[in-house]
Amino acid sequence: MLKKFVGSLLATRYSLPTLGIIIVLLIWPLLVPRFYIYILSLIFVTALLAMSLNLTVGYGGLFQFHHGAFYGVGAYAAALVLTRTSLPVWVGYIAGPIAAAVAGLLIGWFCVRLSQLYFAMLQISLGSLIWAIVFRWYDFTGGDDGLYGIPRPSILSSTNNTYYFILLVLVACLVALYIIVKSPFGATLQAIRDNPQRCEAIGVNVRRHQLMAIVIATFFAGIAGVLFVILERSVFPDLLFWTLSLEIFIMCLLGGWFTFAGPMLGAAIIVTLRTFVGRHTEYWTLILGVILILLIFFLPEGVMGYLLRIGESANQRIGEAANQRIGESANRRISGRS
Amino acid sequence: MLQVEAVHKSFGDFTAVYGANLTVGKGDLVAVIGPNGAGKTTLFNLITGQLKPDKGRIVFKGEEINGLPPYEICRRGIGRSFQIVNIFPRLTVFENVQVAVLSQQRQSSNIFSPARNLAVAETNDILESVGLLDKAGNIAGSLSHGDQKILEIAIALGNKPELLILDEPTAGMSPEETAATMRLIKQLASTQGLTILFCEHDMDVVFDIAQSIMVMHHGQTLIQGKPEEVRRNKEVQEAYLGGEVDA
Repeated sequence: MLKKFVGSLLATRYSLPTLGIIIVLLIWPLLVPRFYIYILSLIFVTALLAMSLNLTVGYGGLFQFHHGAFYGVGAYAAALVLTRTSLPVWVGYIAGPIAAAVAGLLIGWFCVRLSQLYFAMLQISLGSLIWAIVFRWYDFTGGDDGLYGIPRPSILSSTNNTYYFILLVLVACLVALYIIVKSPFGATLQAIRDNPQRCEAIGVNVRRHQLMAIVIATFFAGIAGVLFVILERSVFPDLLFWTLSLEIFIMCLLGGWFTFAGPMLGAAIIVTLRTFVGRHTEYWTLILGVILILLIFFLPEGVMGYLLRIGESANQRIGEAANQRIGESANRRISGRS
Repeated sequence: MLQVEAVHKSFGDFTAVYGANLTVGKGDLVAVIGPNGAGKTTLFNLITGQLKPDKGRIVFKGEEINGLPPYEICRRGIGRSFQIVNIFPRLTVFENVQVAVLSQQRQSSNIFSPARNLAVAETNDILESVGLLDKAGNIAGSLSHGDQKILEIAIALGNKPELLILDEPTAGMSPEETAATMRLIKQLASTQGLTILFCEHDMDVVFDIAQSIMVMHHGQTLIQGKPEEVRRNKEVQEAYLGGEVDA
């Protein structure tokens, strides 16, 4: 099975670039100063977060507007177990994704009963509620100071080891997400994104499916939260603030939300921008805004979508025809109703 | 197989369906006709659960199904196509049908096995039976309108329905496409033993292939009977001559 999986990976035309990237990532810590190791680790964490969001946004068509809340819940759950209890470290690490998935289940249960923008508004409200609790509850969560000096096992104490551990977890999660996306569940989820009404008519319990997607996505967001704790050894309420959710949403759009790996690329671009532009000006979001405007006009399918399209120029005409048809049928649907 | 008894549905002040009655026996090919706005699509939406009736009973295979959610009704054996193309535009033709077959096999929540190995033979059989196999890899949104309407039917077949409801399967088609589609529907009914309920504007087509015709006017059932009975009926003639002539 593994042999077949690796074989099929190598068989695709993306195998060479992928292999190149893997080698660079493996030897990266040997080549650059510590700061850059840290930055890449942060990109990995954020990439996993964006990938988990894209399961709901790109594949599920859900308006998951406050995904950051679940990232924060995962991070705080791990941090609280590690600082407030004497339980073993791994309990804290497992508590993160589980707490995030439970929060996803509770909030999602309400959200899937609403559609589109109402879904988004309810999720932002409920997510902000969690933020407010964390922000205010000084005795337990440390309030706006957050929690810091969170212990980590000695094996993860060096920057390099942390880097490799995070990379390992990221790869494992990517494989898991890939399997999920390519499963019958993933296929059905994409069908729901395209046409929920039709999906109900072919015997799919749409709400249950959407809820399942949210729980899986929030579980992976929780893992990203735990990785953040391992990397930063601190948590603070900003992790749950809605602006972060917006940022990861932009990562998905920027990287290409209809591609599997696009959100990772988006995460890399935004974290890099935030780090290096943010050093020169606190108004780095201004540049982000300009990029976003350019993106909407010139790369509506995101950077990864654009790159893949160059790679498949032969299929380009088909794709454009598809988009045109989609537009037409949408128009017909609208005019048909009036 | 299917009984619709005195079903009512209104939207605010507007009554779309006002006392509709319909009987579909096993293996029948039944047509619903009526002028625009007679409530045909609303009636279909009531049967398949997209809408809930205000009053009346809908009985399928001896069980009352009114008020059940659409996916539950589908699982009991009623498949449908829609009047306005209602497919999964970003998926391939193959995937469009496969998703339905996976749902029928109760595999939709399986997150571990690769979907590309599942339900392949069944999906290809369906695509072959409707003549879309050579377009299996195309993105569904890029198909011609006629092919998209055929894909509609193929998706519905993916659920192995006992009763197939087709809401204007030939809407927007050219005369040649219409004829081909109707041949296909007839063929499906005879080779797969499907019970089919459909509505259609082309009267020649309806009187040609339907075994039983139900006429709706202003949301009410005027008559249901054999084609000859319906053709002779005075009320039907008035309804059509008084309203728009669609035939």
